[in-house]
Amino acid sequence: MDLPVLNTSEAAESGGGCDSHSCGSTGDQLGHLPEHIREKVHNHPCYSEQAHHYFARMHVAVAPACNIQCHYCNRKYDCSNESRPGVVSEVLTPEQAVKKVMAVAANIPQMTVLGIAGPGDPLANPERTFETFRELTEKAPDIKLCVSTNGLALPESIDELCKHNIDHVTITINCVDPDVGGKIYPWIFWKNKRIMGREGAAILIEQQQKGLEMLAERGILVKVNSVMIPGVNDAHLAEVSRVVKAKGAFLHNVMPLIAEPEHGTFYGLMGQPGPTHEELQKLQDACSGDMNMMRHCRQCRADAVGMLGEDRGQEFTLDKIEDMEIDYPAAMVKRAEVHARIEAELKIKDQANAAKAELAKAGWVAIQGMKQDAPKLRPVLMAVATKGGGVINEHFGHASEFLIYEASGHDVRFIGHRKTLPYCDGGDTCGDGESALDVTIRELSGCEVVLCSKVGYEPWGPLEAAGITPNGEHAMEAIEDAVLAVYEEMRVAGKLEAKPLMQQKAA
Amino acid sequence: MAFEIIESCVNCYACEPLCPNDAIYQAKPHFMIDADKCTECIGDFMDAQCASICPIEGAILDDLGTEVNPIGSLTGIPMELLAQYQAALDATYQAALNDKSA
Repeated sequence: MDLPVLNTSEAAESGGGCDSHSCGSTGDQLGHLPEHIREKVHNHPCYSEQAHHYFARMHVAVAPACNIQCHYCNRKYDCSNESRPGVVSEVLTPEQAVKKVMAVAANIPQMTVLGIAGPGDPLANPERTFETFRELTEKAPDIKLCVSTNGLALPESIDELCKHNIDHVTITINCVDPDVGGKIYPWIFWKNKRIMGREGAAILIEQQQKGLEMLAERGILVKVNSVMIPGVNDAHLAEVSRVVKAKGAFLHNVMPLIAEPEHGTFYGLMGQPGPTHEELQKLQDACSGDMNMMRHCRQCRADAVGMLGEDRGQEFTLDKIEDMEIDYPAAMVKRAEVHARIEAELKIKDQANAAKAELAKAGWVAIQGMKQDAPKLRPVLMAVATKGGGVINEHFGHASEFLIYEASGHDVRFIGHRKTLPYCDGGDTCGDGESALDVTIRELSGCEVVLCSKVGYEPWGPLEAAGITPNGEHAMEAIEDAVLAVYEEMRVAGKLEAKPLMQQKAA
Repeated sequence: MAFEIIESCVNCYACEPLCPNDAIYQAKPHFMIDADKCTECIGDFMDAQCASICPIEGAILDDLGTEVNPIGSLTGIPMELLAQYQAALDATYQAALNDKSA
């Protein structure tokens, strides 16, 4: 049996190292945390990279009002085809939201988490937000509740938040310097006045920091989201990372700016570019010295439903849930079974990984060549098509996103995801598949391999021509094991000493 | 003397709980202000509350019919860009209507 084992001693020396399963993806992100915190996040898809392969989340859009304006947001836009924060199809009353949550929980038993994230700011709609939480605490006690806020009303909401047993809060903090903030927030509404520009940003920053400290004092887990806006706050976010970590945030999520003219936002219309994949990764890596970085965020809609990266909202529209009969006590039993099964599976995986690490440490099994050559081996990016479960189980042509992993001489780490259009929508013919393939190839720039359960003949040639080797030989295998195996094949074939054969074409 | 909410309102609810006179109410297709109750917040606040939180430029008019938050005043987006954007939106909307009727 070919045990994919890594050289842990070398990894340790490199500073960021760890075994394949505990770097960037799961263990390293959470590994150093105290047991009670790990217990809180192990099944939360937005807080644990490992969990996001197995557990689902949903947002209910009960909070339309906002107390600030961000230059990347536009409250006018609503499109069911668009996926980004602040966008929803219908605003729900708390009563409708509770009904929807119970319908989803009964039909998607992997759903562990209910978040309120907008489309405005949840804490600018305290009555609607807290009524939803109050009802759910009573009617669906097996669901974790969390909230995502800009932080302006956080200090005044802390007591109420604690009452509802909310133990995860996300604060979007884009800056800790009012001069930077003045370029991101044109105004805030504070103490019955609209306050413009830098002055408003200074108040917002003060409240965010105060709220973060108060949450940390009370033992509520805080994740900080930051939007990376090149030329505005990109050089400043490493500082943000340091500050929020010092104040007790446990995870930092740097997300790319989404700005298109058709969104009608300030940044969209002014032509403010978002970061490239490379720029984002570089910043995430720079921040990771001080902070646990989250890299699996999908920046979902304020009414998203399902696994991260998918949205099943259309199955649970108001008229559809109206007709659903939900037996929640029965659903809770089923949910508990499903959760227990997933957790048993994860436990076995963790044990297997721990065992592999032990073996490697003892030097009983090692890929000798890798050990010796490790410093010379260049890292390789690989794209993976998956439907969840941590395995390679999606056809190339059906994937609407790819997960990106980096294999190097000392580890395999999760880097992020890239969205695309499915090359072929699952039908027999692929109509205008050509252009969708072009999009995928462009999105996968920098990757040398794409791992999927199957790949058709047609895309094979163009992928290879772009320097991306399609690989369907690892179907149903665990992602990180497969990435490592392919990396090892590349090493044996002598492909890791040289530069990539093909320079990636930036379309 | 009263403010008025017009059709560009996006129904975000932000103004409704702030009104000291309970003059704002939810209606179709958008929130409305009861002119008999509205005092433009005089005597209660320095600034009219609805107009101080409304994120949509031009959605609230004063008793003279003037936009309390004129175009460009909140977002900082230059007027020509907004006009282009609006024209593109209208064209898309019109195309969708034509498709539907065709």
